This record gives sequence, structure tokens and C-alpha cells, in this order.
Amino acid sequence: MFKASLVLIHIGEASKEKSATFASYLAPFSKDGLVAKVVFSPGEPVGAILESVKQKGIDLLILGALQRENFLKYYIGSIARKITRKASCSVMLLINPSIEPLPCKHIVVNGLEDEKTPATISAAFFVAEALSSEKITIVEEVYNTDIGNVQDDKSLRKSTLLKEKISRREDSRIQKILEDIPQKHKENKQVGTQPIFGKRGYSIGHYAQVVRADLLVMNAPKASVFWDRLFPHDLEHILTELPTDILIVQ
Amino acid sequence: MSTKKNSIQSFFSALPKNIFSGFVVSLIALPLGLGLAMASEAPPISGIIAAVVGGLLVSIFGGSHVTISGPGNGLVGVLLVAITTLGIQGAYAAIICSGVLLVLLGFLRMGKLADFFPSSAIQGMLAAIGLIILGKQFHIMLGNKLSLDGSVAYLLAIPETIQGVFTYADPGLTFAAVSGVLSLAIMVFYSKIRNQYLQLIPAPMWIVLLSIGFSYYCEVVLQQPNPISAMYMISGIPSANQIVAEIPVPSFSGIGSLSFWTSVLALTLIASIESLLSIKAVDKLDPQKRRSNVNRDLKALGLATVGSGFLGGLNVVTVIARSSVNVNNGGSNRSANFMHALFLVIFIVLFSAQLTRIPLPALMAILVYTGYKLASPALVRKIFSVGKEQLLIFFTTLLATLFIDLITGIIAGLIITFMIHVLVNKGASVFIRNFLKPNVLMFQEKESGNYYVSVKHFCSFLNFYKLKQKLEDVPEDKDVVIDFSMCQFVDHTVMENISGYQDVFARRGGNFEVIGLDLHGTDSKHPFALRKLIPGLTKRSGALTKRQLTLQEISKDFNLQYQAEKSEDVRFLDGFKYFSTKKIERIYNRLFNTENTFKLFDINYSEGEFIAKEDVRTTMLHIKLNGVVPGFTLDQEGFLEKVSAFAGFKDIAIENHSDFSKRFYLRGEDPVAIQAFFTDNLVLFFESNPYYHIESNGTSVLVYSKERVAGVKEIKNLHDFGKRLQTELLVCAQNPG
Repeated sequence: MFKASLVLIHIGEASKEKSATFASYLAPFSKDGLVAKVVFSPGEPVGAILESVKQKGIDLLILGALQRENFLKYYIGSIARKITRKASCSVMLLINPSIEPLPCKHIVVNGLEDEKTPATISAAFFVAEALSSEKITIVEEVYNTDIGNVQDDKSLRKSTLLKEKISRREDSRIQKILEDIPQKHKENKQVGTQPIFGKRGYSIGHYAQVVRADLLVMNAPKASVFWDRLFPHDLEHILTELPTDILIVQ
Repeated sequence: MSTKKNSIQSFFSALPKNIFSGFVVSLIALPLGLGLAMASEAPPISGIIAAVVGGLLVSIFGGSHVTISGPGNGLVGVLLVAITTLGIQGAYAAIICSGVLLVLLGFLRMGKLADFFPSSAIQGMLAAIGLIILGKQFHIMLGNKLSLDGSVAYLLAIPETIQGVFTYADPGLTFAAVSGVLSLAIMVFYSKIRNQYLQLIPAPMWIVLLSIGFSYYCEVVLQQPNPISAMYMISGIPSANQIVAEIPVPSFSGIGSLSFWTSVLALTLIASIESLLSIKAVDKLDPQKRRSNVNRDLKALGLATVGSGFLGGLNVVTVIARSSVNVNNGGSNRSANFMHALFLVIFIVLFSAQLTRIPLPALMAILVYTGYKLASPALVRKIFSVGKEQLLIFFTTLLATLFIDLITGIIAGLIITFMIHVLVNKGASVFIRNFLKPNVLMFQEKESGNYYVSVKHFCSFLNFYKLKQKLEDVPEDKDVVIDFSMCQFVDHTVMENISGYQDVFARRGGNFEVIGLDLHGTDSKHPFALRKLIPGLTKRSGALTKRQLTLQEISKDFNLQYQAEKSEDVRFLDGFKYFSTKKIERIYNRLFNTENTFKLFDINYSEGEFIAKEDVRTTMLHIKLNGVVPGFTLDQEGFLEKVSAFAGFKDIAIENHSDFSKRFYLRGEDPVAIQAFFTDNLVLFFESNPYYHIESNGTSVLVYSKERVAGVKEIKNLHDFGKRLQTELLVCAQNPG
């Protein structure tokens, strides 16, 4: 679909038995022209995977992740999350991987005012084209700090006007980005925009859940430090809850 | 400029009414101010000083419109403690400090402070204050001055005092008791007598007038001293000159002690809660439907409290009873508050000598009645009807306040509420995990312009402020849909506040709907009962949500039957392609006609299984047709995901209706029959009506709009559309082509 080659990273020692299993998994796809190889990298999972990503020059890392971490499953979940935080390439987190591919009908993508956003939106369109999705919604988040505090009728009118103004401004910004998307990717799709009012990062996940989107495409975060874990923002919120499948574009 | 001129003009045109209303309010404020001050064991005049300073300053600097400020009944208990421990001058210093704190709260925008307290706990606290006032003043009302330790002791001594009344040796005491009982009777029966002349003067003023009149009657006509014992007359009302000459000096000597700051804290807490609750309640009464700026009001109240403290007055708060009198008498802006203060000044200047003719028991009867109103059995009954757990919260707060103190009481209320929430949810994990998460999403739906608010995880007094912040941002004349379906737990405080919003929106021409609570379980039938989402709930408890009750109501208007219970019989939905990939779990909230040919229902279905399973709840309309129609699906062009099952079929163009073909996506297995079926009339009907997704399975049609449960207004629209569609389709089915 993406005309890409697949690299399976297995944490553990190489063995013939394992290679055979992978080969049998991959057989049906190889027929369709999939170029795949299996990398065995023993060691600590997070480090090993990140290392192979660097070595092989991988563009997209696909991980399975659990929607909610509890103590038993914490380990698996936390690997996916750790990698997401540190990876130097784009990452796709699948909350419910299945053998039968589920149709990806509705993609929600962030439209933050950020230098990475145009790239993220165009990546979303590229993915949408590849997965033949029917609907893309670009979400502009409007923050409370921008619209001021509503205290009485006067400030309410002011903030309502301001809200409309911001919505229009955001909309025109997104439209500009959309103009640069190749026409080919825009065909056969319903493209919408939606301003939402909420907490940056978190609310887009909530929105994706409300409209029952199948994939959420987000900008990659700036380097995360320990501080961010204590006061989660942006991506950290999404990672703690994983409302849908997520693609993080680097 | 012209708007400014207009507002000045309207201000002056409304002034006469406001002067009148300020006058009426001052008639109540006078006896209440004296009484509240005496109940707090402060000099009686301090209550009047608080009302005057409050009225003057808050009317100038405040942010609300029709509120009246003055000494509040909630503060009596705290002031009593402050004055007994710190002395009156120390108490003035505490009042000044609490005023400063109030100003700070205003600057920190802590107008939301009152939202952090569970409403049952606040009710319990207010009831305890009511009992404190009632317990203490009851004895004075019956001419039995006592000095006991602790407010509970006063309550327990009530039966003794009642017995004692009949054994008074001194007739002066008996007369005192009689004046108290008569005054209480006036308070109780005043509201029951609807006489326009009687109602011109408020009940407390009647008591004042009658007792002063009686005193003059004895003196002038009977030529003998007032039979009521002199001990039981108001003493120490200074004249205006004396007030100015004898301004007390607050003593800040206790500022290092713990008891000083406990008093300051309690004063600030109660003053802000009482004011905020009153402002919220008065905003609902305002005929001009304005929104108060609570933070600005807090600042003004704080400033007034500081001023009042320096001049020898009590705390200034926004008071509900006087404010409602103001609204009822035509007060329309802040000048009424100002006028009430001016009239009080006039009364003191002209009549301070006459005021000493008021017997104490008469004045205290007013307070006994106020205390009773705060802790009335009707209130307990109301709380019980919401749920047993609310009663537990109520009594825990009440008893802790009575036996220990106010701050302990409110903290106990907070803790017990949280513990009950943990018990109801069988664990604290839902609260701990999600406490800090911004759980509220709001956006404006593009097609309808409705505000849609979705709340996740849980919504209780702990995080209601987040929801409130979003709701405050919505103009009240808009439509709001608030969806709790992703919310596991909603508590009573939230339900009550939401209902307040519903009132406000309804009054201002908007529409405020709550959806997604129909599957939550409750213990009681009260609409404000706390609600918890129980997964896989088999037996729904009997209480209907407000939405369900409204549905029941509109079913009568539409001549339909209503059944809230879920039904597993969903065979009539067989044959619809829409459900070919979905599993229908249940339908509920059905509205149907007797022939069962027209059905509106909420439906719960799922897509996918196991880990990919998604539960969807939505509202649909099913119309059974007599004739046979071709199977088709009609959608707004672009809504592809709804009809994936039809993939492979092309959009069927209807001749001569290119606009229709462009806007709608029409698909079906038999293009020829469909083309024949879509007559000009039918096409016109679809073109001129709002978009709905319509699917026909050959004998019936299914109409739906969104993948969420519809609000009542949306259901009405759907019903209207369905009725007209039914007629159109019947015509088409009978005359094919």
C-alpha cells in the first residue's frame, strides 16, 4: 500500500525456528511483492528497538499497545509508550491490531499552530489515500488562555466574538495548508475542519473518541523530560488513554 | 456615545422604582440587621453599619445587578465564636482581615470556590447555622435569657424554657414571651395571608411597627409603663452623633494567635459561600436575565467588609432574602442597594430613640423563624428524596458543625461525600486516575451550530468546575447538548447545578439538554440523584431521567405510546443494510403509535467484536409502509461511511434534478425502480427539508441523523420530518411513477 519494505524487529536471540515462523507469517504478503526482513536484536526492548530504528534508517515504526495500563499489563504498555516518547521516526500505535484489517474510515488530524503541522496534515492525507479513508477532519484546538475569562454578559460577548475570530483565523490557516496538498489525495474524501475548545492535546483524543474516528494523526512532541510526566500535556495525555489508533508523525 | 447616553437615560427612568424597592428592603434590613447583630452578641447597631457600608460600597463597585448586601445569617455562628474568644475589638480585626482575604479571592478569580463543596454538605452546614440561631434565640423569644456552653446545650434546653413560660412569677417576663410568640405568629402567617394592603409592609417591619405602637399606646393612652420587662427591650441604640463619635478601635493584638486566624478563615469561607450562593440564586430571579460578575462582587464585598470592620460593623455579604424582596418590588439595578443603605441612615438619624421601644423577644422571633427556615423538616425531606446517601452527608455536616465548628463541619462533609462516592463506585481508582485529567470537551457542531459538550470518566463536586468553565462560555440563548455517556459517575451536586443551567437557558431562549444518562443506575426517583454507569446492567432501576420524563410527556402530545423499558425484539430492523454489519443490543425509550407503524426509539448497537467492539447509542425513526417501495439508501453526498454495505452500487441520478443528484447520494439495487419511485414531489420534499439518512428495506423506512442519542428538541424535529415523509411516501407508493 505504501510501497515500502517491512522490517520486523524481534527482541531475542535468532533461531531457525523463529525465522521459520516469521517466514510463514509473511508468506502470503510476499506473494504480493512485499519486501520484508526480520531483525533479531537481543537485549532490553526499548533500547534495542530504538537502536535498530536508527541503524536501518526506518521511517515508520508500528507498535501494538494496550488501551489502558494496569499493573499486570503495565510492562507491555510501557514499552510502546517509552518508544513513542523517544523514537526518532514516525510511530503508529495500534490499540486493537487484528488479522483482518479493519477499515479506516475516518481520520482525525491535529491542526495546531506549529511548524510540524503542514507535514503532519500531508502525511495524514497520504495515509488516508493509502488506506482509502473516506473522511478527514482537521481539528483546531482553541485554548482558554486565548479567549479570556468569561465573568459576565460583557466579557461573554467579547469572548464569543473572539472565539469566532479565532475559529476563522484557524480555519484560513488550515485552508492554506490544504491548498498545498496534492489534488490526488483530496479526491473522494470528505474534508472537514472542526474547532474545539478544551485542553491542548487531551481534547483532540476526546474528540476522536466522540466522533468514533479510526485513526488519530498527531505531531511528534518536542523532547519530553521528566517534568512532562508529572504535568502531562499534549501527547502524554493521549498516551495515557489511547482513544484510537494513533500515528505520530516525526 | 449614544449607548452610554441611553444607559444613563434608562438609569434615571428606572430610579423611582429602585428608590421604592430600596425603601421596602430597608424596612426588612433594619430589624434583621439589629437582630443578626444581637444574635452574634455584637452591639445591635453593628448590623446596621454593615448594611449601610455594604449597600454604599457594593452598589458602586459590585458586579451584580439586583443583589442587596448586608449582615448575613450564615455568619452568626462564626461571629459568635469570634466575639466570645477574641472580644468585640478583636472580632473587628478578624472581620477586617477576612475582608482583605475576600478581596484577594476576588482578584484570584475564586468565584468558583462555592462549586467545590458538595451541595448536600452546604445544605447541612446552613441547617446547622439555622439550628445555632434558632437554639440561642428561642429562649430570648420566650423571655428566658440563658447563658449556656455550646450551641447543642441551647437546643436541648428548649423544652425546659417552654415549660418555664407558664411559671413566670414576673408578669413582665410573661408579656415578653407573649410579644415573642405573637411576632413569631406574624412571621409564620404573613406569607399565608394574601392581602394587598397587608403585604405593602414586610412582616419584620410589621413586628417593629406594632411593638413600637404598643409601647406608645401604653405610654400615651394608658398612661402606664410598658408591661414588658425593661430587661427585654433593645438597649444601646446610639444616636447618629454617638455612632460617629464612638467608632470602636479594632484591636489587632490577637493577630499572632491561632484562634484569631481560625475565625478569619471561617468568616471568609462562610462569607464567600453565602455570597456566591446568593448571587447565583438571585441571578435566576433577575427579570432582565443578566449575568453577575461574581469575582468583581467578591472584591466589592471584601472592600465593604474592611470598611465595615473599621467603622464597627459586621461582615458584609450578599443576602438572598433581602435581594429577593428587592426583585419583587421592582428593583432593577444597583441603585436599589444604594438606596436601601441611605434609608437605613435616615431611619437611624430620625428614629434611633424609637427603636429602643422594640422588645427583644419580638426581634428574636424574626431570627427564630429564619433559623427554622434554614433547618426546616421540609428541607430534610427534600434531601431524603434525592437519596439516602445525601441524607448521610447532610447529617454528618450538620452534626459536625453543631458539635465542633463550622470548618470541621464542612471538611467532614467533603470527606463523607468522597467516601460515599468511593463506596458507590466500589473503589477510588476512577477518581484518582482521572482527577487531574481535563475531562470536558466542547465544540460547536458545524452543521447545526449547537454546542456539544462531552464529559468523560466522572463528574462530581471534585471536578465540576471544569465543566462549569466550559458551560459559562456558552451564550444562554444557544442550544447546548451535554453528553454523559462516556461518564461513569455523575453526582448529585452536578445534577443539581446542571438543572440550574437548564433553568437559565430556558429563561433566556436557549435550550440545554442532557443526554447519555438513560443507562445510568440510580437509587431514588429524584431527578437530581447521583448516577453511575453500570456496565452490562440487566435490571434497570425504576427512576426515569429528565429526558425520559419529557419523552413521556411529548408522547401524549404526539398521540404515541411511550415505553422506557428496553426491548430485545428488534426483528423489525431486519433487512436494513445499515445493520448488516452491526449487532443490535437493545432498543429503549420507544415512542410508537397503536398500529406499531410509526416508531421512534433509542437504539444501542455495537460494531465489531471483542477488542474492536464499539458501542453506539443513537435515536432512530422507523416507519412501516403499507405499499411496497424499492430498497434504497439516501444520504447527504459525502457521508460514505454510513453505507459501506452498499459499496459497488453507483449514485443513481434522477432525471431533471441535477441539484438533487449533486446534494444527495442515492443508492440501491434496482436503479430503474428507484428512478421511477422518486417523483418530482418526493425529490422536492427531500430538497427542501433538513438532511436525514434514510434507508428503505422494501416495506419500511428507517430515518436517523447522528450517531448519538438525540435531544428532545431533535426528537421533535425527527418526528415532524417523519410524519411528513410518511405522507409523501404513501402517496408515492400508491401511485408508482
